[in-house]
Formats: sequence, structure tokens, C-alpha cells
Amino acid sequence: MSHAALATADDTPKSYLSNRFSIQSWLFTVDHKRIAILYLISLTVFFLLGGAAAAIFRLDLMTPQADLLQSETYNKLFTMHGIVMIFFFLVPSIPAVLGNFLVPIMIGAKDVAFPKLNLLSWYVFMAGGLLALGAIVRGGVDTGWTFYTPYSSMYANSHVILAVAGAFIAGFSSIMTALNFIVTIHKMRAPGLTWFRLPLFIWAMYATSLVVILGTPVVAITLVMIFIERFFGFGLFDPALGGDPVLFQHLFWFYSHPAVYIMILPSMGVVSELVSCFSRRRLYGYTFVAFSSLAIAVIGFFVWGHHMFVSSQSVYAGLIFSFLTFFVAIPTAIKILNWIMTMYKGSVSFETPMLYAYGFLGLFTIGGLTGLFLSTLATDIHLHDTYFVVAHFHYVMVGGGVMGFLGGLHFWWPKITGRMYPEGWAKFAAIVIFVGFNLTFFPQFQLGYHGMPRRYHTYAEEFQILHVMSTAGASVLGAGYLIMAGYMIWSLFKGKRAPANPWDARGLEWETSSPPPTENFLTTPVVTQEAYAYDKPSVTWVPTAHPIPEGHRV
Amino acid sequence: MNNVFRLLPEQASTLAPQVDAIYIFLVAISVFFTLLAAGLVLVFGVRFRRRAGGVTPERPHEDSRLELAAGGLLLVILLVLFGWGAKVYFAAARPPADAMEILVTGKQWMWKLQHPNGKREINTLHIPAGKPIQLTMTSEDVIHSFYIPAFRVKQDVLPGRYTRLWFQATKPGKYRLFCTEYCGTEHSMMGGWVYVLTPADYEKWLVGQTGVAMTETPVQAGERLFVQLGCQTCHNPNSGALGPNLVGVFGHTVRLADGTEVIADEDYLRESILNPQAKIVAGYAPVMPVFKGIVTEDQLMQLVAYIKSLAGASN
Ligand code: HEM
Ligand SMILES: [Cu+2]
Repeated sequence: MSHAALATADDTPKSYLSNRFSIQSWLFTVDHKRIAILYLISLTVFFLLGGAAAAIFRLDLMTPQADLLQSETYNKLFTMHGIVMIFFFLVPSIPAVLGNFLVPIMIGAKDVAFPKLNLLSWYVFMAGGLLALGAIVRGGVDTGWTFYTPYSSMYANSHVILAVAGAFIAGFSSIMTALNFIVTIHKMRAPGLTWFRLPLFIWAMYATSLVVILGTPVVAITLVMIFIERFFGFGLFDPALGGDPVLFQHLFWFYSHPAVYIMILPSMGVVSELVSCFSRRRLYGYTFVAFSSLAIAVIGFFVWGHHMFVSSQSVYAGLIFSFLTFFVAIPTAIKILNWIMTMYKGSVSFETPMLYAYGFLGLFTIGGLTGLFLSTLATDIHLHDTYFVVAHFHYVMVGGGVMGFLGGLHFWWPKITGRMYPEGWAKFAAIVIFVGFNLTFFPQFQLGYHGMPRRYHTYAEEFQILHVMSTAGASVLGAGYLIMAGYMIWSLFKGKRAPANPWDARGLEWETSSPPPTENFLTTPVVTQEAYAYDKPSVTWVPTAHPIPEGHRV
Repeated sequence: MNNVFRLLPEQASTLAPQVDAIYIFLVAISVFFTLLAAGLVLVFGVRFRRRAGGVTPERPHEDSRLELAAGGLLLVILLVLFGWGAKVYFAAARPPADAMEILVTGKQWMWKLQHPNGKREINTLHIPAGKPIQLTMTSEDVIHSFYIPAFRVKQDVLPGRYTRLWFQATKPGKYRLFCTEYCGTEHSMMGGWVYVLTPADYEKWLVGQTGVAMTETPVQAGERLFVQLGCQTCHNPNSGALGPNLVGVFGHTVRLADGTEVIADEDYLRESILNPQAKIVAGYAPVMPVFKGIVTEDQLMQLVAYIKSLAGASN
């Protein structure tokens, strides 16, 4: 980053970006904002790696035969793609980058409750990431990101232990961040900021943190069990030694189903902010949206068995899990209604973040509806482990999770970097990404219903045409991401300087300079009104230059 | 034959139309709600787009009637789906009593199948149309999954356990067979074809070109093993033997030494052969030798088939 470009005018305090420049000042920082940037850089690298893996195997899938890769390599690539995208990109994405940056600012605090723990969590994350990369460099892992036993515990002769250790360690980093958020949100809210004045993004981060703390230890134990089994031959999962091959699936999904909500609740929080801001209106059904995040977090723990309808689980267990799964759909569907109703009688504009919110609504709706196909017992028998599932979870996790992340990144980019991105390019990229995404993944629903199993390196000829469409779409999608990376980097150097509140949005983060000073605020803000008070005039103030207007802050 | 641009793939079992009916219903509600959501978003986006000098929108009322109504409507749809899906699922999970049993063993990376008359095949399955078929399946290594898309059936195949799958094919033809649980390097090669024949063709196929059934049936093989392994010295059908009489045991309740009861299903029989001390039948000493490592999965299936046939004899 260019130093000169980021230097601020003399009369304003130095921003968190410009107060010191040395490498140490970044690597040993305890400023939540700088830690967020460290995460942003590492996650971008992981996303590129995971994306490159997808690009290669997607290319291989253009033809039914194995003409680009060997089976072994193909299996390692989709495993790497899954592990990196889930554990090292999507799970940490919004919490570690946007959450870290925004939680303290949005509640008017100087930092998170435990700043050193926050820094430690990044190091732990990197340690996990390096172990997983080590597994890849040393020859790869071929178990799939789900690590199903007894394949992973007894049969796979790849670097399972390293990869498992990486995921395990990364889990601790999420736990540390979650703990930090929970304590911060409980203890450090600015005077006057009651629970029901909190922005919905904060509610979402709070609910997510609860899921992380309750769920992650279970997957940690499960991963340790694989380790024990591989190293000491304990017979936890190996039926030859009296173990249960399916036990792993129960433990794994007990975490990994809620993990879907770890990936999607934060995105819902972002979308709530975006829809409200670009409709200039308080979110319709604020209380419902706040509580439904908690409800989804809780119910999410009781539906793991819907991944196992054909696993030999009893038909009655299947029945109960199917029933409960349908229940998660209700709060989710009503949230979608709330976002749409917010636009009704609003004043809607279409800046880039709003385009992403629109994209989220469309894709997440399709992802959610296709979830019903998989919760319905009879149809899931046919669809389980086919490309229908691949399409479904990409609609939810990429269409929902990643679109939310990108929307949020654009929305808060001026705040984070102090620069505006080029609006025209950004809109163009958003549209390319949306089109590319649908081209890539929509054909996979059809592939799945016609019987194409997932994790197949070679396949029956009749499936080729849909695979070619999907690969073509992936190229468009990839181009969209690259355009975005291009103008974002450009904007760091050449972008227009961002005012404190470029969107005329409400929320404490918009009431400090862009980028904020190290301590976030010069004086502790006092909150006197609910979130999203778009019907009241903005109270934007730039520190020192303008004192807080009378009447708005006490 | 499988035109991927048609909404539905080929339907070739009695189950397929039932699953497809739910699928069509699901597609219909999905299309409806997707268009509704997209329509509202677009209409609101255009109708309420920001205009220069426009008025500040009012804060929405906190009125939950809309949410309640939407939630209620959704609940009804979801309950219908749940009930309908469960009904078909239950039918799909319960094989009819007269189903013809075929034994299946999965192994990296092939399917091994054995017909009631003993005929074996690999990665192909020949079956008669119009007759319920039940597969009793196990794996020699990792978890596999047996999937015939045209029949809309799938079931995981586990090491150390038996799982079942049944279907009734409706029309002669050639259908794909896949493994759908990732099982290692050549996972995508683990499959083949299901040939549905007319019952007459199936009979012809069974005896092959020679016109006589050459192989011993699984039950015969089981009986031979039963003698070879010395099982019958203790499990003597005549009373007074060291072990319990096995005639009629399959499918019935067994009282154990610790006072509990179990149903003697395939898994119980399998466990009792491999590891007899795990569940001791009341009234008998734990003297049976362990057969783990002595019998293969195929032989186990045959022994179990033989013991099951004894059950038939008693009724
Ligand atoms: C850039 C565009 C992407 C393409 C073209 C793509 C493509 C694919 C394909 C074809 C598979 C199926 C592999 C198989 O089962 O044979 C797959 C699996 C998967 N993808 Fe992606 N993907 C993309 C982006 C993402 C992103 C952004 C995420 C998460 C943030 C993600 C998460 C996953 C996961 C978790 C799996 C499952 C891996 C497994 O089966 O073990 N993908 N992807
Ligand atoms: Cu297999």
C-alpha cells in the first residue's frame, strides 16, 4: 500500500492505517481493524487456491474421460477445494474480516474485549492453514473435506493427519474469535446501546458465535478420533475392530450442519444492513429477524441426521430429522419476506452492495427451496450424494455466504480502506458474477436429478453437455472474481477518497472517519435512538471537525 | 435414452413415479416462490426506486400479522411435503415378504452380486421385471452406496453390517448402476449396468448357455460351510446339543443370558458367528469359537442365507 496515499490531513487524527507502517506494527498489532486486514489478506490467498483447484478439476470435467488429470489427482483437487473453501475461507470469512473490523465500531467500543487473544486467533488460524497447505504440498489428501471413516481412518494413504490437524487447529481460532465477540457484545456496548438498538449484523455475529462455541469442540473431538484411529489403530470406526463406521458421520454432521449456519447467518446479518441502508428504511420486522437468528442457531443443532437418510440410520430417526429440518425453513423463509418487505414503500437505490444483496436474495432463495428436496425423505433417497447436492450447497454457501461477504466488503470498503472503488466496474463485476454463478451451478441440479453422482472423475457420456455448460459458467464466474480483485487493488492506490459516510447510512461505524482512527472514536459515543433511524436526519460527524450535533447525542 | 434436457430421467421401477410426483410438486412450489420473490424484488425495486427530492420513507410498523400468515401457509406446505415424503419413504424401506433376495458385496472398486441359484456376476445385475427384488448388502472395506437412478433407489453399503434395498423393475431395459459414496481412487469407475429382463429371459439367463444351473446356491454353499466348519457338531438340529437349535431362529426373538432380548436378524447372526461371546443365548455356555478371520464376507452371507432358509423350514 502506498504510504503517501493513505496519509490523512493534518487536523484529523491519524487513521489506523497510517499511524505506523513497519511490518512489526502489523504482525504484532492488537488493533482489531489491522487484524481484520491480516485476515482479509490470508483469506484472499486461500480463496484463490481453492478457486484454482476448482478451475482445474472443472476443466477436467468437460469430457467424460479422464483426459486431463489422473483419478488420484482429481480426488486430491476436490478435497483441497472443499477443505480450503470451507475451513479456511467461508467459515472465517465474514466473522474474521468484517466482524473483526466492525463489531467494536458498531457498538461504540475501542477494541474487542481481548485484543491479544484476537491476534493469537490469527496466528492460530495461519498455523492451521500452513499445516493444511503442508498436506497439499507433500502430496495431497484424497478423503473429501468430509473425511468419512473408515476410508479416512484406515484406507486413505494420503496426508490425512496433517489436513485433519490443520482443520482442528483452525477450529480453535474460530472459537477464540467467537468468545471475543460474545464478551465484547455483552460488556462493551456504548452507553444507550440497548440490545434492541443493536444493528442486526451484531445480532447475527452473536448468534454465529454461539454456534461456533457449542459446535466446534465436537468436530475437534471427532478429528482427534481420526488421528487416534490412524495412529494407534484404536478401532473407533473400524468394524473389524468392533468400531462403528457411521459414528463418525453423526459426530461430523453434528458440527458441520450447524457450520452451515456459521457460514450463512453472518451473511444474513450483512444483507440486513444492506437492504435497510439502500431502502433508506428500518428493517421490516427487526425483532423477528433478530430472534430468528437465534432460533436458527438453536434448531440447527438438531437436524444433522438429514445428511444420513441412506446411511443405514433407522427409518424413525430419518423421520424425526426430516421433520425438524422442515422447521428450520420457516424462520429462514420469513427473513426473506422481511428483506423484501423492507423495500416496499422504501426509497430503493442500486449501488453495488445492493446488487449483491439482490443476488443474495435470488440465489439464497433457490438454495433454500432446493433444500426442501433434500429434507423430503423420498426425494432425498434419489438425490443424496449427487450433483443436486453440489448445486444446492453452492447456492447456499456461495450464492448466500459469498454474495453476502462480497456485498459487505463493498459496503464497508470505503470505511476499511478510506477509498471508493469504481462504481461502474463494480456493478459490471457483480452482474458477471451473478450470471456466471447461475450458469455454473444451475445445470448441476439437472445433472443430479438425472443421476450424476458427486465426486466422480469420469462419468457417463449423456451427462457431458451439462458439464460443459457448468465449466463455461465457471469461467465466467472466475472472470467476475478476477475483475473484482483488479479494481479493488486499483482502488487502494487510485480510488477516490471516501467520506466518513458515503452511503448516508445509519450506524456508529459511519460516524467516525474513513478509515477510523486507531481508537475508533475520539470520544465515547452515546446512543439515543434505535438502529436504522433512516427517518431521522443523519448525525454524521467527523471527529474534531464537527462536534456532535445537539439533540442527537447526550 | 437418457435425454438430460427432459425434466425427468427414465422411470423404470414402481417407486420412480411416486418419487417423481413429489419432485414435480417440489419443482412447482420452487418455481412459484422463486418467481414470487424475484417478482416482488423487481417490482418494489422499480416502483420504489429512489428519486431526486423524494420523500423519506416511513419506518415500517412492527406488525407481525404478515409474518404469521406467511409462516402458517408455509407450515401447511411443509407438513404436506413431510407426510408425503415419509409415506413413500416408508414404502421404499419395507421390502415385501415375497421379494427375491440377491446378495451384494461392495469392494474397492467393484460390486459382486450373487443370485438365489448361486449365479454370480460383477458390476452387472440381471433381474426379472415385475418381481420385487431385495438386495442384502455389505462391504469388504469402506462405505459404498448402491444407486440405480432409473429406479430412484439408493442405500449405503457398510463394512461390518448388512443393509437392505428393494425395488421392483417395471420394464425390460438397460439402466446405470453407480456407487455414490466416495470410496477412494477409482470411485467413479465403481458401477455398471442393471439389465432388466422379462421373467422368461431371466430364467434363461440364470441357467446360461448350457441349460443347467451349474453353481451351488448360496443356501447350498452355506449348508456345505456349516458342515465344513463344524458348526453342526454343536448346533445339532436334534435336541441336547451344546449350542442353540438354529431351526426357526431367524426373525424371532432370542433371550440372552443377561436377560435382554434381541431379534435374530442378519446382523445378529453375523455377529454371533464372528464374535459369539458378544451376545450369549440364555441357557448356553459361552463355548463357541470365534470365526472372525476364518470366514470371508461372501461365506458369511452364505451361512446367514442357510440359517435363514432353516427358518423357512420351520414355518
Ligand atoms: C469458483 C467457482 C467454483 C466452482 C467452479 C466450484 C466447483 C465445484 C465442483 C464441481 C464441486 C464438486 C466436486 C465433486 O464432488 O466432484 C465442488 C465441490 C465443493 N465446493 Fe465448489 N466450486 C466453486 C466455488 C466454491 C466456493 C466459493 C466454495 C465455498 C466457499 C465451494 C465449496 C465447495 C465444497 C465444500 C465442495 C465439496 C467438496 C467435496 O465434495 O468434498 N466451492 N465445487
Ligand atoms: Cu464405492
